[in-house]
Amino acid sequence: MSDVYVVGTDMIRFGRFPDRLVEDIGAEAALLALADAGLGIGRMEALYCGNLGEANRAVGQRILRHVGQTGVPVVNTANACATGATAFREGWIAVKSGLYDLVLCVGVEQMGKGLLGAPDSYNGVPIEGVLGSRTMPSVFATLGMEHVREYGTTFEQFAKVSVKNHHHSTLNPKAMYQFETPLKQVMEAEMISYPLTKLMCSVNVDGAAGAVLCSGRKARELGLMGRAVRVRASILTSDPYSTHNFALMDFNTVTRNAAFAAYQMAGLGPEDIDLVELHDCFATAELLHYENLGLCANGEAGALIDRGETALGGRIPVNVSGGLLSKGHPLGATGIANIYEVTTHLRGEAGARQVEAARIGLTHVVGAGSACAVHVLEMA
Amino acid sequence: MVGTDACTLAPYVKVSADGTPFLEGLRCDACGEIIVGEPRRACPKCFTVGALKPCRLCNRGSLYTYTIVHRSFPGIKTPFVSAIVDLDGGGVIKGNLIGVDDKDIEFGMPVRVVFEEVEGSDGKRCVRHVVEPRRARP
Repeated sequence: MSDVYVVGTDMIRFGRFPDRLVEDIGAEAALLALADAGLGIGRMEALYCGNLGEANRAVGQRILRHVGQTGVPVVNTANACATGATAFREGWIAVKSGLYDLVLCVGVEQMGKGLLGAPDSYNGVPIEGVLGSRTMPSVFATLGMEHVREYGTTFEQFAKVSVKNHHHSTLNPKAMYQFETPLKQVMEAEMISYPLTKLMCSVNVDGAAGAVLCSGRKARELGLMGRAVRVRASILTSDPYSTHNFALMDFNTVTRNAAFAAYQMAGLGPEDIDLVELHDCFATAELLHYENLGLCANGEAGALIDRGETALGGRIPVNVSGGLLSKGHPLGATGIANIYEVTTHLRGEAGARQVEAARIGLTHVVGAGSACAVHVLEMA
Repeated sequence: MVGTDACTLAPYVKVSADGTPFLEGLRCDACGEIIVGEPRRACPKCFTVGALKPCRLCNRGSLYTYTIVHRSFPGIKTPFVSAIVDLDGGGVIKGNLIGVDDKDIEFGMPVRVVFEEVEGSDGKRCVRHVVEPRRARP
């Protein structure tokens, strides 16, 4: 089996582009990633495209119409918030297997503003607000309260996640938002679903990101090893059975299983990781995932954020891009944007937000349903 | 009591022939696990096919976790408390928690599931379940 390397990656600045087509946004990211690799579309042996909103409308093929209709196989993936990471992983599997030497992975999404999804019905009767809530903020608020129940975590500790990630994104020119949100402002923002205020919910944006994957043999042949980043682990999981799963979506076990398997595949542990981009769709989620990814022991996530250990300059910086909370969360693009962020740090090209001497990084996304992807990347 | 023709709002709420609503789950003959939700072919826990049989669930339980929803989809009245309840004897359900001030909500507090008839959006008669503290009706 081949070693697999990221030899090119980039993302567009996340924002709101209601007048653009999804394939146009995706094509821009595809060309940016190819330019970063110094390769043309004609070199790519397959395209893996992640998109959720138009999942039944051949988005990958539409992107090729804009960047070069080469006739290569296109695989379109849809896997909740793990959609982009799933596309990346399908490309990784294909190169790993030895089937291809060079593939392009693109994640792209056009979102509207406002709450994701729509009210559920049963027997034709709307049940939102009648049988509890199924909005995403309410689900992650309920999971945050489970952590409050277990460990006494506080509203303020959850709010600190938003302060940190909004601060980080002031250093990231590709983030949607570039402003500070002091703790008081976060805690006094409109309450959406306790303990989540509006500033503790990720921002829906349009966006796209791309990555070129290459076998080790081909990367050496093309002289691309200088800025290449090795994929040391790629794991995808679904939620295993649990009792509470019937009423409460599982984002914890599915992440724990993925992280455990990823560390095992990489032959590494959490102590070896220099930076993490994890799925902070809501501020509560970030604290849960500190523990799920093994960055601290169970029950210590609140203390970790209190001590600033996950801030830029801390022991294990988390979401230095600004995260989903502030960089933005274009569902299908998020998984590959995380790959771009970590790769950029491992290459030492992250500018003002550079994590010093970063050599190994981890990316994590988890989607409702549930689907979790974890990747471990290392400077080649 | 509700009309025996009233529709239910969840797959685990049934109405008996005399109009009494109740919670119904599925028990796996092979591993004993209690499943809540729509019928399925195999036990999600032990994977045995065809072993799930309907079973009556308890109307009492304890509050596992919750959130106070202040903003939902447009048109949905707020605030309300969305609660996850561990039923005594097995099973987990979600529902609105009523009859308690926000400041008095406690994890693990004893609750009961009660049923009421409500009118659906098109005038259809429906059975809704809600959760209330057990001390609310001593």
